[in-house]
Amino acid sequence: MPILALRKVSKSFGALTVADAISFEVPQGQALGIIGPNGAGKSTLFNLITGNIAPDSGTVVLDGTDVTRLSPMQRCRMGVGRSFQIPQPFGKLTVFENLLVAGAFGQGKTEAEVTDSAAAILEQTGLLPKANRPAGGLSLLDRKRLELARAMATNPRLLLLDEIAGGLTDAECNSLVETIRGLHAAGTTIIWIEHVLHALNAVVERLLVLHFGRVIGIGAPAEIMTSREVQEIYLGVEI
Amino acid sequence: MIWVDTIVQGVLLGGLYALFAAGLSLVFGIMRLVNLAHGDLIVLAAYLILFVVTVLGVHPLVAVLLAAPMMFAIGWGLQRLILTRTLGDDILPPLLVTFGLSIVIQNALLEGFTADSQRIPMGAIETASVALGPVSVGLIPLLTFASAVLVIFALNQLFYRTSLGRAFRAVSDDPTTAQLMGIRPASVFATATGIAMVVVTIAALYLGVRSNFDPTIGPARLIYAFEAVIIGGLGSLWGTLAGGIIIGVAQTLGGSINPEWQILSGHIAFLVVLLIWPRGLFPRAFD
Repeated sequence: MPILALRKVSKSFGALTVADAISFEVPQGQALGIIGPNGAGKSTLFNLITGNIAPDSGTVVLDGTDVTRLSPMQRCRMGVGRSFQIPQPFGKLTVFENLLVAGAFGQGKTEAEVTDSAAAILEQTGLLPKANRPAGGLSLLDRKRLELARAMATNPRLLLLDEIAGGLTDAECNSLVETIRGLHAAGTTIIWIEHVLHALNAVVERLLVLHFGRVIGIGAPAEIMTSREVQEIYLGVEI
Repeated sequence: MIWVDTIVQGVLLGGLYALFAAGLSLVFGIMRLVNLAHGDLIVLAAYLILFVVTVLGVHPLVAVLLAAPMMFAIGWGLQRLILTRTLGDDILPPLLVTFGLSIVIQNALLEGFTADSQRIPMGAIETASVALGPVSVGLIPLLTFASAVLVIFALNQLFYRTSLGRAFRAVSDDPTTAQLMGIRPASVFATATGIAMVVVTIAALYLGVRSNFDPTIGPARLIYAFEAVIIGGLGSLWGTLAGGIIIGVAQTLGGSINPEWQILSGHIAFLVVLLIWPRGLFPRAFD
């Protein structure tokens, strides 16, 4: 059974169709990359999966359960974690508190139960030296790390990453990629929106191409990247 | 020596204003909700305490223990059923709704308890006093101040040391992201208002023991509370205590010069602080 399945999910904002009968499945444990030009509806797709936006039609199925009408909070408890394209840490909380909140409420546990795992995640993401700083004052790299760390703290089985590598240097990017590979190796299903293709290709097994709210290709990265349609639309090759 | 006495009395009076203000500060800090019915909710709590004292014949301190959970429930329900629906980008709906609520509470209290002025009877302790060095201070004002310090200390502990407090701060920061972390903002908000109403109950006890009250005095208490919150800097609880003290001292100083100046000098002190420090004395670093 796939961990996530979208069935003919559509969403329009007025005349603008941001999701046009999107259907795809993600098997347990797979890493799926999502690419597409700006405005293709990638972040909207995440919002539909997390429940921040309700679709006009279609269903979102998590672990065989129809979650189309469930709140983001309920989906979080079912194992959906997410990082944002523009990092949105709780700025007034310290880095560690950000993880405690995510861990305790995201898993429905007490803070004492999640303290150790939160500390381990800080270590894993390289945030340990900044654990007690207010998250509002972090650098871009550390904010991105915190996005990942906080999503990890909810102990997700399905992790949604939204352009986590954007704006980073190669070295910074590589350290994030290593962490994500580690998560994937440990069995977490990952869906990753990314423009930095070499980062994406280092992790994902499948690529999905989105264009004006439609899925125009899904398959092995090599196959997708060489498809003529994708090259025309996404890579801007002259016709 | 009279000046020392005046200032000490002012500081202690400031404790009462800080108690009025702490609940307002808590609710505003977490959900950016300005509750114009806050003063009337204090008066409502005072009537509730009086009602429990009269019906059950218990001591006011026991009555507070009974009234506090009831006020928590009132606050929780109020937030859940009404106030949360008014929250959004527009600041007008919460103002209008709480203004209406203020009128509803005043009129309901008038219907239920008449316009007669009331007092919560506490027996001999009302007039008891202790000698603090050169000045002698009333036991009740002293208890009021001690309660204010204790309440603000407890709220700070709650805010910065507990899981619920972190949820308060996370939701206040970003309710949408908080939901993705498994936090349910509506229930966090309801709990916050419930806790604010417990603080309101404590404030109501001292209001009712120290002075007479009737159903219409709520809005004036709201003004003092507002001034204390704004002097202190929005969202800073210790600042709220400082704000209360500044208003209290200004009032007793003004009153000692000319009794007619008491209320006025409190407001003038507020305006002066606002002119010099528009963001209050202890503004929060981020906002």
